[in-house]
Amino acid sequence: MGELITFWITAPISVGAAALMLFQRNAVHAALLLILNQFTLAVFFVLLDAEFLAAVQVIVYAGAIMVLFLFVIMFLGVDRRETLRERLRGQRPLAIVLGVFMVVAIVFVVQVGVGLTRRATTEIPQPDGNVQEVARVLFTDYVFPFEVTSILLIIAAIAAITLARRSDRLVEEDESEVSP
Amino acid sequence: MRTPIAWYLVLSGVLFSIGTVGVLVRRNALVIFMAIELQLNAVNLTLIAFARQLGQVDGQVLAFFSMVVAAAEVVVGLAIIVSIFRRRASASVDDLSLLKG
Repeated sequence: MGELITFWITAPISVGAAALMLFQRNAVHAALLLILNQFTLAVFFVLLDAEFLAAVQVIVYAGAIMVLFLFVIMFLGVDRRETLRERLRGQRPLAIVLGVFMVVAIVFVVQVGVGLTRRATTEIPQPDGNVQEVARVLFTDYVFPFEVTSILLIIAAIAAITLARRSDRLVEEDESEVSP
Repeated sequence: MRTPIAWYLVLSGVLFSIGTVGVLVRRNALVIFMAIELQLNAVNLTLIAFARQLGQVDGQVLAFFSMVVAAAEVVVGLAIIVSIFRRRASASVDDLSLLKG
């Protein structure tokens, strides 16, 4: 019963924060609403017996990634309002109609595929707790993908350094502008 | 009493659709990127809900990998946005129409 109550309190907050995010003209407000949405998702992860991922969600998403977003927003100074002028006429109404159609389609697929009232009958066997069980599967069955992600992270770090670094030509141009 | 799995799937579908509409409607590159994060989160919720339904922890491991990829993607994406902003002093995707036919 407690799970049902928690779900029905958290779900409207989650959808509300996500929907409000679309209407924020200030990028900082949008980022803060996305953080709220990610906290509610962590609540759902706890309800679904994924305590480890709930902690990762708060630490990595709501913590690290969103701080990075806010840092870039402040760094670029793009927290000013964006124009509402449409380049492609009718793009916004069409996008909203397609979004509503997508929700209807997903509900239909869930109804056909899973059934709207079926409950899980089996428990996840995790006698020592969720963290131990995730670690056991991660370091036995999925140890090769786990190692591959380390390569991915190194590539991402190198790419970020290469992209964010100013090229020598640009630096020289700036210096010549400063000293007349 | 457990919550029906379909509620989580429908919630995840609604969040994913909101993210999709956000990508299509907004013009600020950073907000579009946040909407993509919302979509990734919605898919993670689906993975974890199915892990619960099937009584296996594999779905949680897959969601964990998806979070790692999302972290790498955010770093590269933000670096691209910063380098575009440096060149054109704008974060609006409408200004990036140089390759228009």
